[in-house]
Amino acid sequence: MTMRILRRRELVEDDWRLVQDGSAPIAGSERLIVPLARLRAEREMLLASAAAVGVLLPNTEDVEAVYPEVRERPLIALTFPSFADGRALTQAAVLRNRLGFDGELRAVGDVVRDLVFWLGRCGFDCIVPRPDQDLEACRLALDQYTATYQPAADGRTPVWVARRARAAR
Amino acid sequence: MYRYDEIDRAVVAQRVAEFRDQTQRFLAGKLTEDEFRPLRLRNGLYMQRFAPMLRISVPYGLLESAQLRRMAHVVRAYDKGYGHFTTRQNIQLNWPQLERVPDLLAELAEVQLHGIQACGNDTRNITSDYLAGVAADEIVDPRPYCELLRQFVALHPEFYWLPRKFKFGFTGATVDRAATLTNDTAVHVRRRDDGAIGFRFFVGGGLGRQPMLGQEMNPFVPESDLLIYATAILRTFNRFGRRDNIHKARIKIVLREWGRERFRAAVEGEYAKLKASAEGDALLLAPEDIERMRAHFPAHPYRPASEVAADPNGLAARDAGFAAWLKRNVRPHKVSGYRVVIVPLKAPGQPPGDCTAEQFEALAELCDAHSFGELRSTYDQNLVLADVPERDLYELWRKLDGLKLATPNVGLITDIVCCPGLDFCGLANAGSIGVAEDIYRRFDSLDAQYEVGPIRITISGCMNGCGHHSVGHIGILGVDKHGEEWYQVTLGGSPGSDAAIGERIGRALARDEIADGVERLIRAYLELRCDDDETFLECYRRLGMEPFKARLYESEAEEAAA
Repeated sequence: MTMRILRRRELVEDDWRLVQDGSAPIAGSERLIVPLARLRAEREMLLASAAAVGVLLPNTEDVEAVYPEVRERPLIALTFPSFADGRALTQAAVLRNRLGFDGELRAVGDVVRDLVFWLGRCGFDCIVPRPDQDLEACRLALDQYTATYQPAADGRTPVWVARRARAAR
Repeated sequence: MYRYDEIDRAVVAQRVAEFRDQTQRFLAGKLTEDEFRPLRLRNGLYMQRFAPMLRISVPYGLLESAQLRRMAHVVRAYDKGYGHFTTRQNIQLNWPQLERVPDLLAELAEVQLHGIQACGNDTRNITSDYLAGVAADEIVDPRPYCELLRQFVALHPEFYWLPRKFKFGFTGATVDRAATLTNDTAVHVRRRDDGAIGFRFFVGGGLGRQPMLGQEMNPFVPESDLLIYATAILRTFNRFGRRDNIHKARIKIVLREWGRERFRAAVEGEYAKLKASAEGDALLLAPEDIERMRAHFPAHPYRPASEVAADPNGLAARDAGFAAWLKRNVRPHKVSGYRVVIVPLKAPGQPPGDCTAEQFEALAELCDAHSFGELRSTYDQNLVLADVPERDLYELWRKLDGLKLATPNVGLITDIVCCPGLDFCGLANAGSIGVAEDIYRRFDSLDAQYEVGPIRITISGCMNGCGHHSVGHIGILGVDKHGEEWYQVTLGGSPGSDAAIGERIGRALARDEIADGVERLIRAYLELRCDDDETFLECYRRLGMEPFKARLYESEAEEAAA
């Protein structure tokens, strides 16, 4: 069963399958997201058989340390065990701002509309809302605030920089 | 003071809309209590014993008259006619109805007040020196930096869902009047010999369980790097703060478990990486950013001393009430002809920190008439009119006295710091306001208070320590033992430049023993002090716990001997 997700600000059908179970069988031509441990264990087999391989990192992972292993992946999924557990926000910020990861960055787990604005700012370009969430509300939440006080991975101009420009006029 | 521009106003209005939507979803059953909790906390709304509590942020304790008038209105329209000032310089309302909180917040937003990040696991209201800009011992006015950081951490994408609450405290003076070392991060604004401004950073302070004082991380972070260093600290906390146990989730626990050197290496390592990257470049403050913010905190248009100076001592000679107030509640000002007036919220029978609608309104008039329209809240749950012409002092005193806002007890034994306790708070284990009242009555006479001299009594109704019991000269912590209220006493704590965590004296005292116990400690001090000038804290530090302990538990020792 496919599900609808929010990718680059649009609601689309998901074309990836997340295989949380470390030993679940995989079919030939799928686009698969597998946990880091499984990628490590079955890397050659996965890369040879799947159409594409993304990786799911636990939110306790040091993304800088693990980056050499995952930088070539077209998709990195980061997880929110609870929407109030913001560790993956720092992982995303480091992946985008410091390491320059430019593949798909996907938020999975307890992803609710009240978290979406912060996900967008930290550089998640793909958001997989919890199944009970109102997808259109999630999409609108990306623009919950029109001004931002911080530079972040979304490239929006922080307020204090906007004030510099205004003062110069 | 800092005034919102259209950008700030839009953000706060969008915040009200967001919270209105969240509240409606909760009331319609679309959000569970567990889901709504972190959302409402991030708007200052706490579920209390009888009703929600709304905490309103007062950034670095600075208010203006229009805000006071609006507070008078909202406490009448949405509450029971009073508000409560806290040890983080904030205002709390104890009786709003959840359904009406979005409307209340909309009314507050019109005067740039809000509850954004007033509670919850995020960066909380930034506290600072209540004498910022007027103290003679000030090196640099910290308020522009407080406001720059306040804006930076507001709705921060990466640091909005932290392991636990995170507090910043600032001072730019030599004397610490903001208990900065009790914060998760203390920032001391300093000026180097070459004139450069920078920040001395401390991390790991925190009261509550396992109270600790901040430890130095960096002696001088350049002015341009305020946001970079703050990012390094917050990022380290967000990554490594424990999330498995709420009681071990503060940054102080990471610091304790790792040790200072490992922790500092992590923060400094992150700082170095930021400094060497485009990410860090984007966080650099330009001199013009700082200048623009500084322009929001100009020196007031003070009049020349020849127009405002007066010798209030002349009047004091004729009026003993005025003389007492002048001595206890009035402080010097760095500008000749002006004084700082402390307005204690500690009258007899007044729960510490409470302020009625009438008082809010009258204070608005008084600060308009006598102090450039501004009022400050202090760490001690008092208020301050920071810029009063000497010629106005007598008239101001008479007006304050009529409002029960001129009790001459600032810094004395009845100037008690106290949380709302079991009377209101859902977390409390024991009452605190009643204990404060009992102690107050023991020392009600001014002569008795003056005899005892400067002392800080602090009372918390539970381990969370909102009443800062750990840093009281005499600290009192309410605990629940089998459904009864008991009180643990600590001695020797201090929040200031000589900061220290108090030490527990011995077994807890019952509710009906605690005021007696405090009185015995005070009597012991009066007998033990080497002269009238030695304060309670100095005396304790000279003699240690034993003589006080012996006096506190005297009767037990006698019984045991008999």
